[in-house]
Amino acid sequence: MNPLAALGGLGRAVLTLFANFGKVAIFALDAISHIFRPPYYPREFAVALMNVGWLSLPVVGLTAIFTGGALALQIYAGGARFNAEAVVPQIVAIGMVRELGPVLVGLMIAARVTSSIAAEIATMKVTEQIDALVTLSTHPMKYLTAPRVLAALITVPILVGIGDIIGIAGGYVVATENLGFNAATYLLNTVNFLEVKDIVSSLVKGAAFGLIAAVMGCYYGMNSGRGAQGVGRATKSSVESAAIMILAANFILTGVFFSV
Amino acid sequence: MIRMENVTKAFGDNQVLQGMSLEIPKGTSMVIIGGSGTGKSVALKCILGLIKPDSGMIYVNGKDATKGDRDKFLARFGMLFQGAALFDSLPVWQNVSFRLLRGPLKRPAEYAREIAIEKLRRVGLKSDVADRFPSELSGGMQKRVGLARAIAAEPEIIFFDEPTTGLDPIMSGVINDLIREIVTEMGATAMTITHDMSSVRAIADNVAMLHGGVIQWTGPVGQMDASGDPYVEQFISGSAEGPIEAVR
Repeated sequence: MNPLAALGGLGRAVLTLFANFGKVAIFALDAISHIFRPPYYPREFAVALMNVGWLSLPVVGLTAIFTGGALALQIYAGGARFNAEAVVPQIVAIGMVRELGPVLVGLMIAARVTSSIAAEIATMKVTEQIDALVTLSTHPMKYLTAPRVLAALITVPILVGIGDIIGIAGGYVVATENLGFNAATYLLNTVNFLEVKDIVSSLVKGAAFGLIAAVMGCYYGMNSGRGAQGVGRATKSSVESAAIMILAANFILTGVFFSV
Repeated sequence: MIRMENVTKAFGDNQVLQGMSLEIPKGTSMVIIGGSGTGKSVALKCILGLIKPDSGMIYVNGKDATKGDRDKFLARFGMLFQGAALFDSLPVWQNVSFRLLRGPLKRPAEYAREIAIEKLRRVGLKSDVADRFPSELSGGMQKRVGLARAIAAEPEIIFFDEPTTGLDPIMSGVINDLIREIVTEMGATAMTITHDMSSVRAIADNVAMLHGGVIQWTGPVGQMDASGDPYVEQFISGSAEGPIEAVR
């Protein structure tokens, strides 16, 4: 293969990547600006709160409890190699609150909420419902995007907080029932070890991941291609992009909060 | 009155509208006919501002349609979409009175519901349909609900995009008659795009034939059969022979 052609191809791919990133950033800013500008749609916001927040609770809870339990088993087994089994409460707490809680909740929200937002809005687009909204003097960014983005910004940090607590509880149950830890000591070690910064970082990550999840769903939905294939592609791309951006944002935020 | 002057629109290399000019006098019903992919829907969406033309001017009641307050501009329009485009998440009555439940025309919910039921009756649907969801209705019923939504806010201008596509001949006849009655009774300006010649004869005051991105012929519906225009003649006869290529 001609090395210049390969270089050209790479350059085009990088330019496309930056162009797409720019489009998403402009879309996100537009979506956020519509949150603050009337008219407001309280009913759509309430429905979005329900869909993004309340209905995500079971999947978040189950993910967190199994992860917390598995984390306790792993830390106990790994710690046993150098007589450090006693650190299970501290590592479960810090692991869940700083990393696993926000990341796993973010990814579950990407799987559940981003896909559903993208599929719903893309279907509305291909069936001309978005055009119908415009002809009914209703701005699709205000009616469809702003309520979902705001709902995700509010509820995902709460879900992350709940996920952190349930994850720690999962570790607690496994440690006290299977690994022989004293219940009171376990709780005391957990509470004493966590710092305010750990909890703040967890909630900030939750808000950032919520924003990414909702924006990517809305962006791909609004820019969907035609037909069933267009809806399918929009849904798939939204979840892929949201998951990658959540992991990248997690790395950046961890650096911001905890870089030495 | 709606006036389009030399409107052009391309999608990539595909030049859909190539200088389309058309005038629809106030209170009349214009039907645009033409083959699939000739730009009928694009023309309609250009007037509504859903698609931005590349060049040319569009005037509604003498004012540039691309300038001024969009909400005020769109408040004068009603539109029946090809697939009805009803909002799946809302019951029928909220679809019909969508405009009356939010925005500048907002009214109390009870009043909006009464209006919705009245409009549903106007299009031949019973009040028990009001609380059903669009997915629970047949295609013909969805079209009627779409029609009720289009007329709910008493618009000055109503657009109908392929109003009878996918309907059986009887239901098509019902929808055509309803459109004609409603347009006459409201005194609205109407623009319909269709392939269905029975719709043309039932709905139109005037007809325009769109082909090759321009209006090939326009005139009163009564003169359509004797237009002498080869495009119109071929379209009416449905013949594969003529200036319109059968394979496009």
